[in-house]
Amino acid sequence: MKKKSREDMDEKRLFTPVKKEELGIKEFVRPSVGYWKDAWRRLKKNKLAIVGLMMITLLLLFAIFGPSLSTYKYDQTELTNCYAPMSKAHLFGTDALGRDVFTRVAFGARISLAVGVVAAFISFFIGVFYGGISGFIGGRTDNIMMRIVDIFYSVPVLLIVILLMVILRPGLTNIFIALGIAYWVGMARIVRGQVLSLKEQEFTLAARALGASKRRILTKHLIPNTMGPIIITATLLIPNAIFFEAFLSFIGLGVSAPMASWGVLASDGIQGFRSYPNLLFVPAIFISLTMLSFNFLGDGLRDALDPRLRK
Amino acid sequence: MKKYIINRIFSMILVLLVVSSLTFFLAKAIPGGPFTKEKKVPDIILQRLEEKYHFDDPLWKQYASYMGTLMKGDLGPSFRYDALTVNDIIAKGFPVSATIGFLAVLLSIILGIPAGIISAYRQNFWQDNTVMFVSLIGISVPSFILATVFMYFFGLKLKILPIAGWGGFRYMILPAITLAAFPTAYIARLTRSSMLDVLSQDYIKTARSKGLSEFKVITLHALKNAILPVVTYMGPMIAAIFTGSFIVERLFFIPGLGKYYVTAIYDRDYTVILGTTIFYAFFLVMANFIVDILYAFLDPRITYEEKK
Amino acid sequence: MFKKVLIVVVALALIVGFAGCRPAAEETPTVEQVLTYNVGAEPQFFDPRKATGIPEFTMLLNLFDGLMRYDIQGQLVPSMAKTYDVSDDGLVWTFHLRDAKWSNGEPVTAYDFEYSWKTALAPETESEYAYQMYYIKNGAAYNSGDITDPDLVGVKALDDKTLEATLEAPTVYFTSLLTFTTYLPINKKLDMENPDWAKSADNFISNGPFTITKWEHNHQIEMVKNENYWDADKVKLDKIIFLMIEESSTELMMFENGEIDFGTNPPLPEIDRLKTEGILTISPYLGTYYYMCNVTEPPFDNVLVRKAFAAAIDRESIVTNITKGGQLPATAYVPGGIPDAAPGQEFRGVGGSYFEPYEPEKAKEYLAEAGYPNGEGFPEFVLLYNTSEGHKIIAEAIQGMWKDTLGITCTLTNQEWQVYLDNRSTLNYQIARAGWIGDYTDPMTFIDMWVTDGGNNDTGWSNADYDNFVAIAKGTGDQAVRMKAMHDAEDILMDEMPIIPIYFYTNLALIKPYLKDYYRSALGYTDFKLAYIEEH
Repeated sequence: MKKKSREDMDEKRLFTPVKKEELGIKEFVRPSVGYWKDAWRRLKKNKLAIVGLMMITLLLLFAIFGPSLSTYKYDQTELTNCYAPMSKAHLFGTDALGRDVFTRVAFGARISLAVGVVAAFISFFIGVFYGGISGFIGGRTDNIMMRIVDIFYSVPVLLIVILLMVILRPGLTNIFIALGIAYWVGMARIVRGQVLSLKEQEFTLAARALGASKRRILTKHLIPNTMGPIIITATLLIPNAIFFEAFLSFIGLGVSAPMASWGVLASDGIQGFRSYPNLLFVPAIFISLTMLSFNFLGDGLRDALDPRLRK
Repeated sequence: MKKYIINRIFSMILVLLVVSSLTFFLAKAIPGGPFTKEKKVPDIILQRLEEKYHFDDPLWKQYASYMGTLMKGDLGPSFRYDALTVNDIIAKGFPVSATIGFLAVLLSIILGIPAGIISAYRQNFWQDNTVMFVSLIGISVPSFILATVFMYFFGLKLKILPIAGWGGFRYMILPAITLAAFPTAYIARLTRSSMLDVLSQDYIKTARSKGLSEFKVITLHALKNAILPVVTYMGPMIAAIFTGSFIVERLFFIPGLGKYYVTAIYDRDYTVILGTTIFYAFFLVMANFIVDILYAFLDPRITYEEKK
Repeated sequence: MFKKVLIVVVALALIVGFAGCRPAAEETPTVEQVLTYNVGAEPQFFDPRKATGIPEFTMLLNLFDGLMRYDIQGQLVPSMAKTYDVSDDGLVWTFHLRDAKWSNGEPVTAYDFEYSWKTALAPETESEYAYQMYYIKNGAAYNSGDITDPDLVGVKALDDKTLEATLEAPTVYFTSLLTFTTYLPINKKLDMENPDWAKSADNFISNGPFTITKWEHNHQIEMVKNENYWDADKVKLDKIIFLMIEESSTELMMFENGEIDFGTNPPLPEIDRLKTEGILTISPYLGTYYYMCNVTEPPFDNVLVRKAFAAAIDRESIVTNITKGGQLPATAYVPGGIPDAAPGQEFRGVGGSYFEPYEPEKAKEYLAEAGYPNGEGFPEFVLLYNTSEGHKIIAEAIQGMWKDTLGITCTLTNQEWQVYLDNRSTLNYQIARAGWIGDYTDPMTFIDMWVTDGGNNDTGWSNADYDNFVAIAKGTGDQAVRMKAMHDAEDILMDEMPIIPIYFYTNLALIKPYLKDYYRSALGYTDFKLAYIEEH
């Protein structure tokens, strides 16, 4: 039998494969983009998230440059001008000692944002990996690790704060340490819960079948898939840390005077909120704004980083 | 599973032991004592008091003797309040805290979870945006500000609810709402996020294409999986709310357990510190235990066996 | 027949007629005589022999009645004691009790008093205020365990109605001490049968204007008029409810809402508004707010340094702009309101001022003389205070004043209450905030604090002449001699200034204008025996 050429065969067929180049059809498939680039692209599209990001940037700028913008110092008292209302000279009024509230709020931004960021960092790094490992290994190790978490949860943080105040001088470091101790546990539990459920899912089995090392499964597969709850927890954690600092201030264990965080300013403002509402609501609004921006950003990040929503 | 449960019970007891020991030594480590006052107590009397309560004994002895009475269920006398024992304090304060705690938790579940579901279901529609917006208020305002504003508007200005105090259902409304604000909002957002994850999964498509009603799809299939992070959060949250909130109870003048977590430390009332800590720890380990059992029901793939 | 009907009709008419015109005196009072008072805290000890706090004092003084009592003009009048005699040497006091009953109807006897005082001094009772009774012969010795026979203690019931007290030294102000809770009587029989009677309202027996009906821990205590009180006719209130609200903003809102008639903790920032609205009441308070110095270490071991810092504080500014409660700048240590030897004179009036409330120029001079002109070379130091909004604001203001006038910047440290007390008593501080409220109305309650190694002397300061003057004042009953000695002591104190007085306290309260005839003591408690609520 003579070998027929392809062209011969083609001519005899009912259907002829079309050559791509003849069609001039554009590529429908976009070029393959990396995970992070894709995430950033998606984030940019989310208007609220961008608003959040911008607000955070503004707040950061306010924290860094705000105190220098004003002509007053945060600890400059003027006893003849206490409780002044909001005016051109004092944008947000003055407090019980005649100090400019605008300057104090700007200074407070530094402290509160620092508190929030430190808490988020500590909880993220310690909490995510601790919870991830605990959930992944499971069994007795998980039991022991989670019981340690229980212990951290139950021991009164206040005792630790006071003890720290005694050993070190009262100040910001104590609050950072106390936050660190208090916050990583929440994250650890959430991550552990997620990992417990995810490790039985198909993609994990697939990864294992492909011979991925435990470490690789944990870091490349499980943790990115827990990003949703992790991000939500982390973004709510920052303002939560600010609240916790406010609570410490409310009971008198916050930063030392004359330094003031938003928490201190707000809890000081409670006593006089009827006569001088600005002293309460100005720091409260800043706390809320921070909350909102981190949440918008957080929602956006969650959507952007979720591998399953990749298009 | 049974083996797991027994294991857990042992470890819970261990946790309680460790927590009480740590707290004991921490509390004794900070300076001061229950009898320290600005108007100094004369030395002779101070000595007698310290002898009576064995404060001059070596720390190990004090620890052992405290643990001994603890085993019998006796949490000891309060050093600060002559008329109360720690058992009294907990017996009187806990029901009060638990009542508003229960209301708050109920509120947060009834409002939070459905809100989150609807929000995820109608992502980016007005329902989603409304829920997200309202929940932002709940989580962005510290509880002492919420409490003060509520008391002022509903109590003083509108006079439709009592400002503060304890004595009937009307007194519970504002405190419960204040307590519930943050958890409700948080649960709504957590539910929403989790539902969004789950709803985009293949098995949901499968369930729908099988012809299941939307309601069944959401509740039987989606919710069961999405609720996991919510349940995780609720464990410690319930433990904390039920055992009493310092800020809410102080502002609303509620005779619950909340104040002792702070004041006992200030007063160096060691037995109350330990009593309230152990009480809270017990609640917490129970809550986490129940949560872990629930995991196994919600997601049958979760096992507690050790990975080989 | 007709006659009977007529009688009935007439009778009915008369009855209806009389019923219609009731005599005016029978009008029922329209105002409920119920007072709601915020006492602010759960009592620590409710046994008068052991109570130590002002909330407890207020409640116990309304529940019990002592040998003496203050009336609403602030005059000390015999109460449980009808009359009393003092021996010539001022050591033996004999009290003749009136007929009076406990709230359960049993008579109050001198044996109750004897038992009460002796057990208050007994070491087993562990009363923290037992030292108030050290004026009694062998009181201190019995309390410390040096003697064990209670019969050696100088108080004895001669019969049901006669109580004899023997003192260690002539104590002119003994009568005013007798109003103190530690000297109140308790029911001997009750205490012997049921030593835990003071732990609940169930078995509580008292002899004062009111009797306790309810004690809900951490919530409230209720008292009603004690019909068995010997002076019950004068008691007009039917019920007092003592609430335990700790948060000042909550108390204020409830006061404005009419739920509380008497609030004891107005928030500092609201004081201006409360003054303008006329609902703030300012009353004298026997207390001094001051800063104490650790004189055992630099930089405050130098008297010139201490005087410099004292002079650089603008006290007027603090009381006008910060505390705003009508406080007075303290230009001495002992506050006003304490009588001196001669009638009509006050200790403070006689003693005068030791310095101007604000002397910035002098401050600079002192500092330069001390070797730190313009603050150059001054070592760093810390101003310690316990965490509280009020102390913080004052400390911040003073920190600012020292910076402006002396050119010295100090660090502020707030410590948690007990850590702060501990630091003070172990001399682990340089300069610290302090306050002292008098226990009784005599300068000695302020003066005897600063003797060498005094229990409350946290400064490390010691001066033999000062100790001497205090001893003289304690050893005699001659008021002229005593007062002179105490003035001399204060002279030394203000000359060396181990403590820097800042202002004299006032007691701020929210009191509804319709509450009348209550007695607000300068020692901080309130007596409602004669109080009533007016139509409003």
